[in-house]
Amino acid sequence: MALLDVRNLRTVFMTRQGVLPAVDGVSFRIEAGETVALVGESGCGKSVTAASILRLLPDPPGRTVGGEVMFEGVDLLALGEREMRQVRGARIGMIFQEPMTSLNPLLTIGDQITEAILEHEPVTKAAALKRAGDLIDLVRIPDASRVLREYPHRLSGGMRQRAVIAMALSCNPALLIADEPTTALDVTTQAQILELLDDLKQRLGMAILLITHDLGVVAQAAQRVVIMYAGRVVEEAGVTELFEGPLHPYTRGLLGSIPRPDREVDEHGRPPPLPEIAGLVPSLAALPPGCRFAPRCHLATPSCDLQDPPAITLPSGRRLACINADQMGSLT
Amino acid sequence: MSALFRMSGVVKHFKTPRGLVHAVDGVDLSIARGEVLGLVGESGCGKSSLARLAVRIIEPDEGRIELDGVDISHLGQNEIRPHRPRIQMIFQDPFASLNPRASVGRIIEEPLIVHDRGTPAERRERVASLMDKVGLRPEAAARYPHEFSGGQRQRIGIARALALSPDLIICDEPVSALDVSVRAQVINLLDRLRAEFGMSYLFISHDLSVVEHVADRIAVMYLGKIVEFADRRSLWRRPLHPYTQALLASVPAPIAGAKRAPIPLRVVEPPSPLAPPKGCRFHTRCPYARDICQIETPELKSLQGETHQVACHFVSADGESRLQASA
Repeated sequence: MALLDVRNLRTVFMTRQGVLPAVDGVSFRIEAGETVALVGESGCGKSVTAASILRLLPDPPGRTVGGEVMFEGVDLLALGEREMRQVRGARIGMIFQEPMTSLNPLLTIGDQITEAILEHEPVTKAAALKRAGDLIDLVRIPDASRVLREYPHRLSGGMRQRAVIAMALSCNPALLIADEPTTALDVTTQAQILELLDDLKQRLGMAILLITHDLGVVAQAAQRVVIMYAGRVVEEAGVTELFEGPLHPYTRGLLGSIPRPDREVDEHGRPPPLPEIAGLVPSLAALPPGCRFAPRCHLATPSCDLQDPPAITLPSGRRLACINADQMGSLT
Repeated sequence: MSALFRMSGVVKHFKTPRGLVHAVDGVDLSIARGEVLGLVGESGCGKSSLARLAVRIIEPDEGRIELDGVDISHLGQNEIRPHRPRIQMIFQDPFASLNPRASVGRIIEEPLIVHDRGTPAERRERVASLMDKVGLRPEAAARYPHEFSGGQRQRIGIARALALSPDLIICDEPVSALDVSVRAQVINLLDRLRAEFGMSYLFISHDLSVVEHVADRIAVMYLGKIVEFADRRSLWRRPLHPYTQALLASVPAPIAGAKRAPIPLRVVEPPSPLAPPKGCRFHTRCPYARDICQIETPELKSLQGETHQVACHFVSADGESRLQASA
């Protein structure tokens, strides 16, 4: 049994433009101890998927209208709010892009971590405080006793994100959901946070759902990758398979458009133009009739406009949503 | 090659309630006609202050800023006016930098009105041609910024920057807020426009792979100072300053299984620009720092026979690095 098994998840937004399908039949699994990256551009539904799993979407406007989120064998979508609170912040930890969204500016770091522990575990305040100190050490914040007494604004962005990670780990979660955890950080700090997450995962044996738009971060941190486009999963593969042989035209386009230092240069010492994906992501209010990527796809055929292909599992175990692909995933 | 734009010994400090921020602390750089100079560094290194100095939104405390040999660093509002059209700017946030109440046509026309260029009919024609150049349909001139996506708004900002046919465009994180697929479109557009109009860019970004793609030369900035200058290829292949080495080692490569060496930094967190370290500003994080680094500020020195410049006590003129891990 997978630790997390998201089946045919559907979440909509009620807007003046109508009911918009932000997450439209998304399925994927995470095994215990595994890091899975959910990747895509803004508006593809990756963050809404995470919020739907955690049931943190404000309703209205957002509402999960279908599917199952099986976590440790229980459908989270069927739980009452009280039971859900026992899962959130305990069995599932969360970190977000902007650490201040998770931190209360009026409470010290120590108060916030102990509060998180006391919320979920029957321990004394003193034991919780001791544990908070250990967690601060665990996320490699120097000078734990001082930092526990500090308010969030006194810490740098990188240290705040470490404090948020300490809070997320406070009840030994089986799954950590990290939504763009390093996007707001400098590159040197990002590298340290990614290294820290990897180290914690190894030591604590937790799984990570990493939501990001940064393919460099994916290559470094994930074992498996799920690519989303306009509310749908278009491809899923192991990280090596994906980077060495992307199958979906969208994934190929994404990987192709990244600047790389090893490109050939012209006689002026300049690299050639970056390969582009033409056009724009479609609006959820005006989705194309067939494959959502077809209007931008240079391999599209007339039949691509007739049906929206589901992601099917290939014999290799990879998943792909493209009607022009054969059994091996080769595009005809 | 005579420089189009030059900064020498430029210093800018800001008074804040918490003390003096050493935003820019003695920067020398030059940009040739048609050249793209990339500027990289972490947040707080002073790169955005440098951009604001370059367009003379702010005035330097010390030093000279020259455009074609004319010192514009201390010109007053009226005196600088004729020079303003020659240096334009593109901003990171295409949402905040466009007036939401003005139509796109009006936004692009604005600099032409301010600088009294052409008749209304001529200006309309110019706006249409600019929109076409940046890949927007001229019919969209009557629409408002909120009707456009992030990438399209950045195109509007680019058209506005082009309106006065500038010689230099300061691009402050122009693609950082854009999605991957749109980012490539905007990078290519900037590249095409430069080839067509022959202007120069000062291209500021925290993203080293983007800078490496667009720039001819790259400057690495750390706490208000330039620590290394090199052409794009040499910086990537042979980074000499320990800070540049740490930056490059931190960039996650989009290659699966690329095992990364540990990042060569003693302390991850940069010091506050309120109290930059004495001597070499990088010494508190540098794994190779020695006693001299705490006392003496290394000068930016050219390597023999090369355009490559480094400010490190332990890199000699032949490019030989004598860096050794300190205890």
